[in-house]
Amino acid sequence: MTREITLSQAVNEAIAEEMRRDETVLLIGEDVAEAGTPFKVLSGLVEEFGTERVIDTPIAEPGFMGIAVGAAMTGSRPIVDLMFGDFLYLVMDQLCNQAAKTHYMSGGKLNVPLVLRTNLGATRRSAAQHSQSLHALVAHIPGLKLAMPSSAYEAKGLLKAAVRDDNPVVIFEDKLMYQDKAPVPEEEYVLALGEAAILREGSEVTLIGTSSMRQVCERAAEILEGDGIGAEVVDPRTLVPLDERTILGSVRKTSRAIVVDEGHQNFGVTAEIAARISEKAFYHLDAPVIRMGAMDVPVPFSPALEDLTVPTAEGVAANARAIVRGVPVHAP
Amino acid sequence: MPRDGKANAEAYLRMYRQMARIRAFEDKANQLYLNAQMPGLTHMYSGQEAVAVGICEALTDEDRITSTHRGHGHCLAKGAELKLMFCELLGKEEGYCRGKGGSMHIADQAHGNLGANAIVGGSAGIATGAALSAKRLGRNYVTVCFFGDGATAQGLWYEVMNMAALWKLPVIYACENNGYSEYTATEEVVAGSLTARAEAFGIEAHQVDGQDVLAVSKLATELVERCRRGEGPFFIELETYRYHGHHVGDINREYYRTKEEEARWKADRDPIANFGKWLRSEGVATEDELAVIDSEIRDEAAAAVEYALAAPYPDAVEVDMHVFKGVDHALPYMSGERA
Repeated sequence: MTREITLSQAVNEAIAEEMRRDETVLLIGEDVAEAGTPFKVLSGLVEEFGTERVIDTPIAEPGFMGIAVGAAMTGSRPIVDLMFGDFLYLVMDQLCNQAAKTHYMSGGKLNVPLVLRTNLGATRRSAAQHSQSLHALVAHIPGLKLAMPSSAYEAKGLLKAAVRDDNPVVIFEDKLMYQDKAPVPEEEYVLALGEAAILREGSEVTLIGTSSMRQVCERAAEILEGDGIGAEVVDPRTLVPLDERTILGSVRKTSRAIVVDEGHQNFGVTAEIAARISEKAFYHLDAPVIRMGAMDVPVPFSPALEDLTVPTAEGVAANARAIVRGVPVHAP
Repeated sequence: MPRDGKANAEAYLRMYRQMARIRAFEDKANQLYLNAQMPGLTHMYSGQEAVAVGICEALTDEDRITSTHRGHGHCLAKGAELKLMFCELLGKEEGYCRGKGGSMHIADQAHGNLGANAIVGGSAGIATGAALSAKRLGRNYVTVCFFGDGATAQGLWYEVMNMAALWKLPVIYACENNGYSEYTATEEVVAGSLTARAEAFGIEAHQVDGQDVLAVSKLATELVERCRRGEGPFFIELETYRYHGHHVGDINREYYRTKEEEARWKADRDPIANFGKWLRSEGVATEDELAVIDSEIRDEAAAAVEYALAAPYPDAVEVDMHVFKGVDHALPYMSGERA
C-alpha cells in the first residue's frame, strides 16, 4: 500500500522506525526534542522516545558533533541534527578529521556508525549563511558517505539505510522540500546506498539531477517533450558511493549529458560527475557534458538576485535543446 | 606519600615498571628518529610518565581513554605492547593500526584506548561521547580524556565540558600541564587559572603533582570510583614537565626554555628516579631489584625494536582498505561497485 506523505513526515517515520528497531539509536542536536527542530521534522519523537534518546544540546555544533563521534565509537548510533547545512563549517574538524578517518587510522579497529542529517537549498530568502548547498565538501572527504534524497520516498529509504550503515553517512535534505508530498509505501523498505534511479526514459539527452534538482530536471524533461526531444532523467540518490554504471549506461545510450546540482558549480559535484562521464564515456558523446550548478557567488538576499543563482527547468531545457541541435552552449 | 609500604608492593612495582617501560620506549623511539630509521616525527612523553601510569592504575580494560599527539605513555600505561607499538611507529603491518595511523594515532580497542589524536584538543568530544554511551547504555566504565595545557585554548573543550556537566557524564578531563604549548610557555597563553575554567561549569577541579605517581593514582582512584557512582564529571590539572622538545626534531629550544630549567626538573623531580628512591626507603625493593627491573625492560625494548625493524610493511593492496567498515576496497566501491 502506498500513501502520499511529506518529506518531513518521511524523515520522521524513518527515524521513529529505526529507533524502535534499535535501542542504540539516539537523536542529538539543537532543539530536536520538544521543538522538533525549526522545520518541525522531528515533532513527536521526544514524546515516544524520551529525553534520554532525543537529546537537546546547547548551541554548540562542534561540541555535539564530537560527542556523537565518541558515542558512535562506543556502541551508540547517533543521528545528529545539524539545523542548517551552512553550519557544516562549524563541525568540519569533528566530521572530517575525526569521524571520517577513525576507521582507517585505526587499521579497521574502530568505526563510527553515525548519521549527520542536515539541509541545503537556496530561494528561501535567507541570505548567504542559511542558504548554501555544501555537500561537495563532504563528497571530497574519503571515509564519508553522502546521500541526497530527492523526494519523500528517497528521504525515508536512504535515511533508514544510513542508520544501519557502520560508517559516517551525511544526508542533505532540501529544506524547501519538507512539505512536498510523494508516494511512500506503508510497508517498511530500505534503499541501498549507491543505487541510482532512472526516473524517466529518453533517448536524446541524459539529465542528471541531485536532490531538488531532480525535480528541475523532470520539469525540464516535460518542456523538452513539448519540443519533441526525449530526455532521460537520472537521480544518483547517493554521491558517495556514486552509481557510475547507471549514469554511464544512460549517457552511452543518449550520447549527451547535463549534470544539475545546487552546490556551487566551480570544483563541485557537477564537475566531478561531468569529468567521470568525459573520462569513461567520451567516445559515446556527441556534445560536451554541460555542468549546471549554483552560481559562484555567495547566495544573495534579494529575491531579484537570489533566483538568478539556482538552475531552473527553463535553463536546463535551453541547454538541452542547444546540445541536441548541435549549438555550442559555450562559444568555442 | 602514604606510608603503607609493603602492603601495596605489587601495585607499586607495577607502576614503577610501567613508568620505566614508557621511558625505555621513548628513548628507543628517539634513537630510531636520530638514526633516520623512523618515518616522520614523534612527540616524546619522557618526564610525564607518572601522569599516564598514575591515572591508568585506577582504570580497568573496560574504562576508556582518549589520548594526544604525545600519546605513547597513555597507550603503554593502558596496556599496549612495546612490540606492536614500535611496529606502528615504523609503519609496519603488525602495528596497532596496521601502519595506517603511526605515532599520533595509535588506538588499542582491546585495552579501551579510543585513540591518540593529532588535532590538539581534538578528542575532547570523543571522550565525552564515550561517557554519554556509558550512561545511556547503562555501562559502568569511566572515560579519561588526556590533553595538554595547549588544548585548553581550544573552544571544543568548553562546549563539551558544559554538556558533560549538564548531563552528569562519567568523564574525567585530565590536563597534563607540562608548561609548554608547543614552542610557547603556557603562562603566555593561559589567562586566569585552568581549574577555575572547569569550576565555572560546576565541575569539581583538582590540582596534583604530576611527577608523583602515588599522589596521581590516589586521586585518580578516588575520582574514578566517584564517577562510577554518578558523581562525574571531574577535572584534574597535573603539573608535569616534558624532557624533550615539542617533537623529536625540536632540538635547539633555548629560545623558549633554558637548559638549566630542564636540568633542574630532571635532577629534582624525575618521576621514576624519585619513586625508585621511595621504594628503596620504604623497603619495597632494593637497589639491585630495581636495577634488575630496569635491565629487563631495556632488554624488552631492544628486542621489540629489533622485531619491528624486521617486520614487513603492509602490502600495497591495503591502501584503500579500512576506509569504510564492511567495504573491502574503497576505490571501486565509491564508483558504485557493490561492496
